[in-house]
Amino acid sequence: MAAVFFYLFSVVLIASAFVVITARNPVHSVLFLILAFCNGAGLFLLQGAEFLAMILIVVYVGAVAVLFLFVVMMLDVDFAELKQGFQKYLPAGAAVGAVVLFELAFVAVNWQSAPTAHEAAAVPILAQVTNTAALGEVLYTKYVIFSQVSALVLLTAMIGAIVLTLRHRPNVKRQNIEEQNSRTAKSVVELKKVPSRAGV
Amino acid sequence: MPFFTQLAHHFLPEVILAAGVLALILIGAWRGERANALVSESAVGVMGLALLAIVLSSHSDASVFDGAYVDDAFSRFVKVVTLVASMVTILLSTDFMRRAHLDKFEYPILILLATLGMLLLISADNLIALYLGLELMSLALYVVAAFARDDVRASEAGLKYFVLGALSSGMMLYGASLLYGFAGTISFTGIAAVVSGSAPIGVVFGLVFVLAGLAFKMSAAPFHMWTPDVYEGAPTPVSAFFASSAKVAAVAIMVRVTLTAFPAMTSQWRQIVVFLAIVSTLLGAFAAIGQTNIKRLMAYSSIGHMGFVLIGLAAASEEGVRGIAIYLVMYSAMTLGAFAAILTMRVDGKPVENISDLAGLSRSRSATAFFLAMLMFSLAGIPPLGGFFAKYYVLLPAVQAGLYPLAVIGVLASAVGAFYYLRIVKVMYFDEPAPVFDPSSRTVGGILALSTIFLLFFWVYPAPLMDAASAAAKSLF
Repeated sequence: MAAVFFYLFSVVLIASAFVVITARNPVHSVLFLILAFCNGAGLFLLQGAEFLAMILIVVYVGAVAVLFLFVVMMLDVDFAELKQGFQKYLPAGAAVGAVVLFELAFVAVNWQSAPTAHEAAAVPILAQVTNTAALGEVLYTKYVIFSQVSALVLLTAMIGAIVLTLRHRPNVKRQNIEEQNSRTAKSVVELKKVPSRAGV
Repeated sequence: MPFFTQLAHHFLPEVILAAGVLALILIGAWRGERANALVSESAVGVMGLALLAIVLSSHSDASVFDGAYVDDAFSRFVKVVTLVASMVTILLSTDFMRRAHLDKFEYPILILLATLGMLLLISADNLIALYLGLELMSLALYVVAAFARDDVRASEAGLKYFVLGALSSGMMLYGASLLYGFAGTISFTGIAAVVSGSAPIGVVFGLVFVLAGLAFKMSAAPFHMWTPDVYEGAPTPVSAFFASSAKVAAVAIMVRVTLTAFPAMTSQWRQIVVFLAIVSTLLGAFAAIGQTNIKRLMAYSSIGHMGFVLIGLAAASEEGVRGIAIYLVMYSAMTLGAFAAILTMRVDGKPVENISDLAGLSRSRSATAFFLAMLMFSLAGIPPLGGFFAKYYVLLPAVQAGLYPLAVIGVLASAVGAFYYLRIVKVMYFDEPAPVFDPSSRTVGGILALSTIFLLFFWVYPAPLMDAASAAAKSLF
C-alpha cells in the first residue's frame, strides 16, 4: 500500500515540477508548484516525518507560494521576455544537465556509507516520541547556538530588505492619531450665520 | 562546560558583536538620521572591544557547544586580521558614504553583521556552523554591495553577487549533504575519523562540491566571474571590505575544512587546490593587463593573490599554513592601503576610477603617489616589502612539498603581474599630469600611510607576527 502511494506521490511530484517550468501562464506555474509541495509533503509523511510534512505545507504552501502568487499578480513582469533566451541556451544547458545527471547517477549507484554512519546518525525511536518533541529536545539544548545564529541571519535579511526598498517620500498623507484625537468641534467646525434670501 | 561559561570564555568576541548589533539597531531606530555618526563610531568601538576580548583571552584552546565551534590559535589569529580589516573598512567608509549621500545607520550595522558571520565562519567546526556563518556573512554582503540602490551599476553588482552566491551556496549544501550521508555526522573531526585515502566516489563528490562553493566565496578562478563586476559596481569602501575581510574569512574556512576534515584525502583535494591555484594566479596576471578601471584591476589582482594563498594550502603542511597566515596579513594591509588610495581619487567632488586619472600624481600629490607606488611594489612582490615575504613563505613550503611546477608557475605569474603594477607607478611618475585630485580626508590618508609604513618596515621586526603565525599553524596539526 505504501509503495502505491510512494509512486503516486512521486509521479505527480515530478510531473507537476515539469509543468512549473514549461507552463506558459506564470499563475499556472505557481499553482503546479503548490501541487508539487503537497506531494512532497505526502512523501515525507510516508517516511514518518510528519513535522517536516506539516512545515512544508504551512511554510512553503501557506507563505512562500502565496507570496509568489502575489509577486506574479502584482508586479508587471514580462515572462515572455524572460524566456527569450530559452531556445538559445537550451542545448548548452541540457548538455550540462545531462553530464551532472550522469555523474549523480554514478554516485547513487556506487553509494557507500561509512560503517559507523548508521550508528553515528542514530535517531530516536519514532514509535516512542513524536517528531516535534524529538526536534524540540535538541533544537533548544544541543543546537541552541544554531537557532540563535539563524535568528541573526533572519534579522540581517529583514534589515537588508528595509534598507534596499524603503523610501521615505515627502508629502505622503499619513494617519496622525495624536492630531486626530486632539481635534475638537471648536477648532474644526466653523459656524456661519446665513441670512435668508441673501446667500453666503 | 556550562553554557554560559563557554559563551564567556570562548565565544566572547561573537557575543560582543551580536550584542553590539542589537544595541546599535535600537539607537538607530530611535534617533533616526541623527544617529549616523554615532552608530558608525560605536561600530568601530564594538569591533575594538571584540579585538580586546581576543587579545586578552586566556588563549586556551577548546571546542565549544558540542563541537559546533572551535577556539584555537588559528581562529584567533584570523579573527584579529578580520576584525582589524572590518574596522578599517568602516573608517574608510565614513567620508565616502557621506559624500555619496549613502550615510545611513544601517551600513555600519550590516558591516558588523557580516563581520560576525565571518567570525562564526572562521571558528566553525561542523557543517551546519559552516553554512550558517557563510550565509550570515554573504547575506549582509549582498545588501552592502547594492547599498547605492539608485545606482544601476551597484544594483547590478548586488543582484549578480546574490544570484551567483545563492547558486554556490546550493552547491555547497549539496556537497555537505553527501558528506553527512557518508559519515553520519556533521562534525569535521567526525568526518576525518571515518574518511580514508580510498574514499568512495560519493565522498569525493561531496568534497568537490563543498570546495567549489568555498572557492566561489574566496573568488578563486574559475569561480571568479562575479568579482570584477561586483568590485567595479559596488561603492568603493564596500569593494575594499569584499577584498579584505570577506576573503580572509573564506580562506580560513577553506584551510580548516581541507586540513581538519580531510587530512586522509590530501592527495585528492590537493589536485583541486593545485588546479585552482594555477588558474587563479595565471588569470590574475594576464587578465589584469588590459584593465583601465583601477577597481577592476584590483579585482583581478585579488584573484591572483588568492591563487598564491592556495599554493600555500597545496603544500598541506604546517609551514604552508604559516605562510597563508602571513599572506592574509600582508594581503589585507596591501588591499586596504590600495583602496584607501583609490578613495583619494576624486576630481571636483566626483570620484574617478580610471588608471589614466592617476597620471602625474607625483607632481600634484607627491605623498599619495609615493605611498601608492610602495603598495604597488609590495603587491608585485618586490623585496624588502611585505608582499615579497608573503609570497616567499607560501612558495617555500610548496617547493618543500615537491610541488615544483606549481611554484614555478607562481613565480612566473608574479613576474607577469609586476608589469601592470609597475605600469601604475609609471603613469603616476612619468605621464603628463591629469586634473589634480581634491584634498582627501585625514582618516583615509592616515590609513594609506599606516598600511604602507607597515609593509615597508615589516622586515625590521618581523618576530611577533611570525611567532603568532607559527602558533596559528601549529594548532591545525
